Order: sequence, then structure tokens, then C-alpha cells
Amino acid sequence: MLATSLVGLTIQGLVGYRGVAFMLLVTVSILAMFLDIVPVLVSSFLSALIWDFFFIPPRFTLTVGTAEDRLLLLMYFVIAMINAALTNKIRKIEKAVKERDEKEKSVKFYNTLLNSLSHELRTPITTIIGSTDNLQSRSGKLSEEDKVELINEISVASIRLNQQVENLLNMSRLESGVFHIKKDWCDINELIYKTLQRLEPNLLRYRLAIEIPEQLPLFKLDFGLMEQVIYNLLINVTQHTPEDTLITIQADCIRDKLVLTIADNGTGFPQNEIDKVFEKFYRLKGSPTGGTGLGLSIVKGFVEAHNGRVMLENLPVRGSKFTIEIPAEKTYVNKVKNE
Amino acid sequence: MNKPSILVIDDESQIRKLLAITLQSNNFNVSEAATGKEGITSVSTHPPDLILLDLGLPDENGHHILRHLREWFTNPIMIISVQSNEEDIVKALDNGANDYLTKPFRTGELLARIRSALRNVGREPNNPVVKFQDITIDFANRIVKKDGSAIKLTATEYALLSLLAHNDGKVLTHRYLLNQVWGVAHQNESQYLRVFVAQLRKKIESDPNRPSHIITESGIGYRFIGNPSTF
Repeated sequence: MLATSLVGLTIQGLVGYRGVAFMLLVTVSILAMFLDIVPVLVSSFLSALIWDFFFIPPRFTLTVGTAEDRLLLLMYFVIAMINAALTNKIRKIEKAVKERDEKEKSVKFYNTLLNSLSHELRTPITTIIGSTDNLQSRSGKLSEEDKVELINEISVASIRLNQQVENLLNMSRLESGVFHIKKDWCDINELIYKTLQRLEPNLLRYRLAIEIPEQLPLFKLDFGLMEQVIYNLLINVTQHTPEDTLITIQADCIRDKLVLTIADNGTGFPQNEIDKVFEKFYRLKGSPTGGTGLGLSIVKGFVEAHNGRVMLENLPVRGSKFTIEIPAEKTYVNKVKNE
Repeated sequence: MNKPSILVIDDESQIRKLLAITLQSNNFNVSEAATGKEGITSVSTHPPDLILLDLGLPDENGHHILRHLREWFTNPIMIISVQSNEEDIVKALDNGANDYLTKPFRTGELLARIRSALRNVGREPNNPVVKFQDITIDFANRIVKKDGSAIKLTATEYALLSLLAHNDGKVLTHRYLLNQVWGVAHQNESQYLRVFVAQLRKKIESDPNRPSHIITESGIGYRFIGNPSTF
């Protein structure tokens, strides 16, 4: 407002004081696009005063010389007010539309979430309830073989249920914001092999190649979270590749980053879905049951909690590769000859 | 032989029932307590050989109960905690718990841990030579042998191994290990611990990448397992 007034003062000779009125009006309109209604009304009122005081002859008084100018001032005042009010109204409508859109989007998101959840949780629960019902009420009519089968089903279902709950807990930890990471020195070799040990039964029928340089430094990371990251990535590989696939795990230090890659020579991902795999509850078309579509989004969340990033690409020949880059403090204390 | 007695302190009746059935069928005497208060009364009247303590009791904070019990009770206390609560577990271990299990746990693991904890009670602490499957440690002469041949260890490696081996089957927290081997001034310098554990594994493990004696407890510490086949 002040700037416009100053410009107005300098070019008044060129455009006349009535031209200045339009410049001031434009300024009020621009302000209305960014400010709330009260400051805009105040500035329209102020601009009217400024125009009157500095520009309308006799200048530097609040008195207005001619009847024509009095009418102009009045009209200026009314236009400025209407201008401010209308702009404000438009903004309000825009905001309401945006809010409604967002609400619709989140309703849709929660519907997907609930659908996926109720399916993934109810399937194992149904199995458990059904199997125990059978064992309880029809025990006499069941063969030993059937009983073993049912007990097996209960076992598989409860492990699956536990996996889902763990994923959900991890996700809610990430979303709650109270989540904090506890970084400590990690031996990457130890981290990778510890995770592999947990996954031994899942990886029995896969071929593994592990490439970790002897001289890799220690990195400051959250061991538990990184274990979960590698665990989820490997589980994902086993879910989307056939048995006997070769899984290559590599770790390296590139500048100040830890770079971890997990590659397979399986079938790769459909190119049009590759960007979506890290989205919450996203599941590839035709993917096997048992997943929640949470595993990879937890990977992304935990890696980002380390200020790192995770990428997925299809390999030129066959298969795909996950790459994790994490900027982390490192130490080569492991190279120092000890006492 | 007397059956070892185990007290289960857990507010969930289902868990108590499960533990009672599992333990009784494996030749343990089981008593139950649903609250911390009940548990403490029970321990003071009939001290058990081992306590299974749930950290999340409704009446009193599990850590308080643990500290209270540790004022006079010296037999093993095993913590049962809900999943993925590393900080809670570390705190409990630093407060005198011998071991931990996270819900849900497998009964095989529960029994192995209990047996291991009970084995260490009243074990001859002055036994100079102990054989751990393929590894023999002569504590008197500071000699470590693997498959019969002596291994050269540095002073720090030996200190670490002997501390771990004296606590066969027990989880030792990172902080405890650093305190004991490197001193209080170095209790936050876990990089040394990582390096020495790696070195030690290279010397005593048949496959250092898949260790059978020095086990990593993610985010918590290390556990030495003397006889992997019974664990």
C-alpha cells in the first residue's frame, strides 16, 4: 500500500490523481487475494484516506474540493469495500471445495485400508475359529490326520496374523509421529546375516549371493529398524519371484552414504506399477495372498526416518533391484589394529 | 529330584493358563499371580526357583516390581514383554532381569530359556576349565582352545569372551558389556564392542557370519550360548 502510494506520488504528474485511485484499487484487490477480510477492509479504508489526503486537491488535507471529487471518493470507498468482500468470498468457496476433495480422498483411502485390513485379519481369524470349532465339537468324528491338518492350519493362520499385526504396529509407529530412531554403531555384516538368520525358513529354496567389502566401515543406524527394512525387502522378493531365484545382496560405502542393494533375477515388476509399490496398501495385480501392501511402505518410512531413500528398478536383462541410500556417520575403527 | 518351581506374574488369565499347562507338562511346579502385589507376597512366602514377570501389569509398573524383587530375590527373573520394545527390555535387563521373551513366543524357546537360566543357578563359579562344545576355556590360565588347539586372543578379546562365557545363556546389554570390559568412561562407545565381537567371532566361530556361540540380540546386546545343540 505504501509502495503504491509512493509510486503514485512520483507519477502523479503523468497519470493524474484519478489514475492513482485505480492503482490503489488494484493494490487492494491484490491484498484481498492473500489476506483475511479484516486487514483487507482496513487497507481499503486506509487507501481511501491516503488517496484523499495525498492526492485529491487540495492536497495534504482531508477536505475534498469539488463535488465531483467527493462523489469519486465515495465511489472509490464503496468499490474498494465490495472488491475486498468479493475476493474474500471467492477464496472461502475455493477453500471449501479443496477441503471436500481432501475429505473424499481420505474417505476413499480409509475404505481401501479397511477393506484390505478386514480381509487380511479376518481370513486367519476365520481359519482359527473354524478349526478350533471343529476340534472342539466334532473331535470324535475327525480322523487323526484331519486333526493334525487343522492344528497346522491354526498355526499357519496365527503366524500370518502376527505378521499383519506387526506390520500395522510398525505403520502406526511411523504415522504417530512419536516414533523416534535410536542410532548406534552397526556392523553391516552382522546386520545382514542376523536378518538372513531370521529368514532362514523362507529362503531355503533360494540361492543367495552376499557381497560385503571386508573394509566396510561401521555406520550409525538404528539396528532394529534396518533389520526390519532388509527383512521386508527379502520377504517381498520371495513373494514375487519363483523358487531357485538368485538373490544378490550388496553393501557399499559411497562417499558419505551406505548403499545397500537387493537384486533378484526373477520376473521384475510391471513398468507401470513400479512407482506405486512403495505406496501404502498398494498391492501388485495378481500378487499372492498374505501381504497387506504395507511391507514396502514401511521400508520407505524407516529408510526416510534415516534421511535416506529407497528406489526400485527393473534390471536390463531380467529381475529387479532395490537400492537403499542412507547418509550416515561412519567410522573405520574396525580397520585400526587392536591391542 | 525336586521339580523346579516357577512363579508366573501376568494379569492375563489366558497367558497364565497357557504357561501353566506348558510348564506343568514339562515337569515344573507352577504358581500364579495376577497382580504385582500378589506376586511379591507369593515370592516372599514361597520363593520360587524362577519368576516369569510380565512387564505390563495393571496395578504396578513392572520395572518397580523388578527392582523391588531384586532387593532380596536372587534367583532368575525372566521378563515377558510385548513386541518390539527394545528400550523397555534393556531397562529391565539393566535392572537385574536375567532374560526376556517377547509376546508372542514359541513354547520351545520358552522352555530352552528357562532351562538355561536354571542351569546357571548354583553352578560352580570357581570351575577353572569349562568346555562349551567345540570351545574350551581355561579361566585359570587364560587359555582358549577351539577343537583342541589353542587360539591366540588379545587381552580385550579374552576379557570379552570370558565375561560372555561366565554368563552362558544370558543376554548381556551393550552398556553392561562396555562397562565391564572397557570401563564406565567408554560405556557409550559401542563401536569397540562391534569390532571386538566381529574379531572374536572370526576366531572362535566355525562360520563367523552364522555364529552359534555369540548371538546378536538386535538393539539389546549379545548372548553367549555354550552348547548350541541344547538351546
